[in-house]
Amino acid sequence: MEASRRNVQSAGQRVGMKKTEKTDKKRSKPDEEEEEDQLFDLNNKAVEEDEDDKDLSDSEDSVYSGLEDSGSDSEDDDDDEVVEEEEEEEEEEKDGSNANEDEEEHSEQSTVKKSKKKEGAVVEKEMKKDDEYDHDTSDEEDIRNTVGNIPMEWYKDFPHVGYDLDGKKIFKPIRNKDELDDFLEKMENPDYWKTVHDKKTASDIVLSDEQIELVKRLQRGQFGDVNFNEYEPTVEFFSKDVMIHPVTNRPADKRSFIPSLIEKEKVSKLVHAIKMGWIKPRRVEDDSRGRFYDLWASESSSSLAKHKMHLPAPKIPLPGHEESYNPPPEYMFTDEERALWEQQDPSDRRLPFVPRKYPGLRQVPAFSRFIHERFERCLDLYLCPRQRKMRVNVNPEDLIPKLPKPKDLQPFPTTQSLVYRGHSGLVRSISVSPSGQWLVSGSDDGSVRLWEVCSSRCMKTVQVGGAVKSVAWNPNPSLCLVAVAVDSVVLILSPALADKQVVSSSERVLTAKEEEEGPSEGSQPVVWSETEGEELNQGIRLKIQHPKPVHQVTWHSKGDYLASVMPEHSSHLQVFIHQLSRRRSQNPFRRNKGLVQAVAFHPIRPYFFVATQRSVRIYNLVKQEMTKKLQANSKWISSIAVHSGGDHVICGSYDCKLSWFDLDLSTKPYKMLRHHKKAVRSVAYHRGYPLFASASDDGSVIVCHGTVYNDLLQNPLIVPVKVLRGHAITHDLGVLDVTFHPTQPWVFSSGADATIRLFT
Amino acid sequence: MGGLQKKKFERGSATNYITRNRARKKLMLSLPDFRRLCILKGIYPHEPKHKKKVNKGSTAPRTFYLLKDIRFLLHEPIVSKFREYKIFVRKLKRAYGKTEWSAVERLKENKPTYKLDHIVKERYPTFIDALRDIDDALCMCFLFSTFARTGKCHVQTIQLCRRLTVEWMNYVIASRALRKVFLSIKGIYYQAEVMGQLITWLVPYQFSHDHPTDVDYRVMATFTELYTTLLGFVNFRLYQSLNLVYPPKLDSKAELDLKEENEDDYAMSSESYYEKLSALSSSLARVVSTEEEEEAKLDQFPVEGEDMDKMEAREKEQKQLEVQKKIFEGLKFFINREVPRESLAFVIRCFGGQVSWDKSVCIGSTYDVTDETITHQVVDRPNVDKHPVYIFTLTLPPHLSPFVEEKEGDYVPPDKLKIMALQRGEQPGTDQPYFINEEEEAEEKNLKKMEKQKSQGKSLEVKVTPGKLKVENPARLEQEEQAEEKRLAIMMMKKKEKYLYDKIMFGKKRKVREANKLAAKRKAHDDAEKAKKKKARK
Repeated sequence: MEASRRNVQSAGQRVGMKKTEKTDKKRSKPDEEEEEDQLFDLNNKAVEEDEDDKDLSDSEDSVYSGLEDSGSDSEDDDDDEVVEEEEEEEEEEKDGSNANEDEEEHSEQSTVKKSKKKEGAVVEKEMKKDDEYDHDTSDEEDIRNTVGNIPMEWYKDFPHVGYDLDGKKIFKPIRNKDELDDFLEKMENPDYWKTVHDKKTASDIVLSDEQIELVKRLQRGQFGDVNFNEYEPTVEFFSKDVMIHPVTNRPADKRSFIPSLIEKEKVSKLVHAIKMGWIKPRRVEDDSRGRFYDLWASESSSSLAKHKMHLPAPKIPLPGHEESYNPPPEYMFTDEERALWEQQDPSDRRLPFVPRKYPGLRQVPAFSRFIHERFERCLDLYLCPRQRKMRVNVNPEDLIPKLPKPKDLQPFPTTQSLVYRGHSGLVRSISVSPSGQWLVSGSDDGSVRLWEVCSSRCMKTVQVGGAVKSVAWNPNPSLCLVAVAVDSVVLILSPALADKQVVSSSERVLTAKEEEEGPSEGSQPVVWSETEGEELNQGIRLKIQHPKPVHQVTWHSKGDYLASVMPEHSSHLQVFIHQLSRRRSQNPFRRNKGLVQAVAFHPIRPYFFVATQRSVRIYNLVKQEMTKKLQANSKWISSIAVHSGGDHVICGSYDCKLSWFDLDLSTKPYKMLRHHKKAVRSVAYHRGYPLFASASDDGSVIVCHGTVYNDLLQNPLIVPVKVLRGHAITHDLGVLDVTFHPTQPWVFSSGADATIRLFT
Repeated sequence: MGGLQKKKFERGSATNYITRNRARKKLMLSLPDFRRLCILKGIYPHEPKHKKKVNKGSTAPRTFYLLKDIRFLLHEPIVSKFREYKIFVRKLKRAYGKTEWSAVERLKENKPTYKLDHIVKERYPTFIDALRDIDDALCMCFLFSTFARTGKCHVQTIQLCRRLTVEWMNYVIASRALRKVFLSIKGIYYQAEVMGQLITWLVPYQFSHDHPTDVDYRVMATFTELYTTLLGFVNFRLYQSLNLVYPPKLDSKAELDLKEENEDDYAMSSESYYEKLSALSSSLARVVSTEEEEEAKLDQFPVEGEDMDKMEAREKEQKQLEVQKKIFEGLKFFINREVPRESLAFVIRCFGGQVSWDKSVCIGSTYDVTDETITHQVVDRPNVDKHPVYIFTLTLPPHLSPFVEEKEGDYVPPDKLKIMALQRGEQPGTDQPYFINEEEEAEEKNLKKMEKQKSQGKSLEVKVTPGKLKVENPARLEQEEQAEEKRLAIMMMKKKEKYLYDKIMFGKKRKVREANKLAAKRKAHDDAEKAKKKKARK
């Protein structure tokens, strides 16, 4: 109580203390107290000497420090001021006496002190009397200056700074310090650093050493009281020992007797959550995951049906010798193989690793791509589409068609028996006389040669002065004439290599024409003329001048008609049919239907075959109309041949194909034969035997057996029976023409190597 | 007439397939979950025959699944587990974000798990089906069991894999099922015959793995999840079939033996027990302890139509197999420290031998080096000249793959021919399985014999007989004729058949070419070797 009294007392005299300090905690209380005390001292005994000051403060501290603890406690706890005040008043009266006694004691203690000190004590006492009315005023009020808590600038223009308790003005010092004064003071006054200006009283206060020490301590964040022990042993209020008295005597709250609503709410929320399944009760630790049992105890095959589409994954292929750590030496890569392996894309490699050889198992390192390979296997298992692939487990021999043996299909030419040499250029065309005794050939060296078949002797050479494109022996056995196409001229040659009868009959034909020549002359594109002099001696009898280069000539089987071909895109004058007996020529087509490649006469009927690039047209010459158009299914027809029966046609084409047409059956080829490796240049039927041959740029002549049955239901049997080779390939050209002997199963072929060969 | 016109892609094959994305949407799963489901259920994409028809006229590359498969997945209970897990992860994330640790703990306790038992049963309705497909499971488990216990996957998975593989190896030992072994550069291939199924698996060499970055370990982990379940059930069934205790227990006798040797070496007895089990050095406990199972003789059922030759051949095969099984019977091996212990112990035990090693190498060694009864020591050192050891570093012939079965026309390396000759000629009754040659005494004998043969071959004189002028050989003529006939017939083949024929012939020719190439290489090598030897002699 003493302390509180002191507190109140000092509060009146305090200088600019803040309100918060009052409400500070218990601990800071003593400091405050001390400070206040000191301030009090300071105010009153600023002029006093240091020593006295020290003594006083020390003594005061020692006196009050003991009381403070208990007293301040009780005071702080009190919140209800009204009740407290009443009590206080009573106590104060008591305390007052106590205090007085204290003071007396105090004064007794300091009896040795000077008179000035006594005066101070008196002042103190006087102030204490005033304090009795002060208990309801605020502590902050500075009692020396009654202006209150106002900004002091308001007194800026006045000579005073306020009023003291007696209502007298407190005057400012007469002369305000300017900066110079300040500076001088700073320089001269040794106490300048501890001088504080008090605005309220407008006076300078020099702090004592204790005060400075206090300030320093506070700045350091220490307690103001030097003697205060902040690390007192704690007193356990709430210990396990049951004490007789309660720590606080407060009656228990009502809330400690009734169930908490908040808790109830929380619990009900949890209960609801559990009910709704939002919170699951703690699971029982399930250890059955790693436990195994007999899964297939009851095997049922019913679910197998579900997996009908399921394909089990193929197993990893088993390792070969090359994967060994010590493979046989032949499995090791050579340098080239190694380089190739490194160059290749990983997916193209035959082996996914490089075979290696190690002298011992100890030296074998880890395989660096092990995890990769396993991972790739995993990917294969779940990402690769699986497909059941029917592996064709066919014996390749079974694929080969069963054909009648060539032996059984004899006769056919098998061996090369004669070579006719003499030409110096490639032999474009050959033809055999109907008797089969003579052979005529036309070559690029500008000559036509006549050979005896059996002896390969060149009987006659006719220089025609240009590359011979085509030669054709008149098929009529009673005539001996040869048609030769040279540039744009067709020559009719009378080789005179036959019986006299035949020669004379052919002469007759040629001369008979002469008689009728007169009237047919006009403005025709084709000009017939007779030869004279040298040419006549050579046997050239007639010249048929065409407007354009002639590529092919062919006879009708009767030997009277002759067709010539002049392939030309832009013209309708591509084909001419000449009649030898009347020396007349006519162009059967009014319109150009494509580039004509070859023409042929039907052996029996008045039909005329015209092969354009992709199709063969058959015209009826009597009715003057087209009867059929055969689609050859090839890009570019090179040659055409008609069977002696007239029902079958074969076409060779530059895209290596040979198409067989059955005229009764269809306009599409009955059979396409791709026997040759290169362009087919020429095709030929045998007149008697069921044979046909095709000649190609690959230097071979392929002889096929093609039986045509009279029974319409039976399909023609086509069997290749022989591949004949002999011609050398020169300038990418092989065999240029092929033709059969009229009676024997022999075949003649002429090639780019300037030879003619006979195969028998 | 004819009712409503059907729209273009609403019938036929287009309705049988579903793209992956649509399947995923139908199942309401994310792509990783869908993948996982496909892996577990064994669903794989299908390639439609006419892609454009199925793909609604587009030729864009798409993955197609069979609609039936996807419908089948719809009823899979595990799909809901996936969703639960997704929700769990979401909740957990949320709890972490809000720093609600109690919620995190609660969620973690209730982490949804799933079991794959039903899937295994469904995918492999019978035990034999499961056995047939066990190859990949074994490879994967053996790989995972060698992983370091950090990082790439859960430690529990690794441990489970290790446990299962040890169980498997123990079973193979107990049933003497091992047939072939092959040391390749990738690892060691084993082939065992279990219940009539040939099962091949690959074990990597014991090195730490250099984990590649371009491998998705989640996919591998999902596979492993399935495979461990499968292997576990298979193991159980196999153990049951042999009357062995599952989970495996050591034989009581062996247990005693091992116990006295290393007491207190290991802190945890359970751990050491497991280690002993994985040492593969001792036999397992049986449910019904029979002393020695009598060799049940194969009953003979003469089948009608089957001739005696076949039967004899089969019998012979059986006999050989029996011999092979007992090839190391009664032998005592000691494995030196530089030799891969586990694989060797496994092989030796599989063929009936006893095996031990240095105590410091591994737990579970049964006898010491000093044991007098040791018959063989396995060493892998360049040169040791003291003991009767079997060196397989320098003297051994090349190691050949036992898995290769040469067909007619294939290249057969001369080394194999030699071995085959040995097998036929030297030991007609006893089959020498050359593939386990690294620790075989017989191998050395073989070598010696081979040497002898070689020397004999050198002593043979070379005779030159004067040649004769050959007259036209009618046989040859006929041959030529036939060849020509064939050529002509080939010309007449149809285009389609010709293509097929050409393809087959191309393959055949390539085979021949390769065989020739190998032979040529070998010849060149041998010549070089000879030349070197000659030089050395000079």
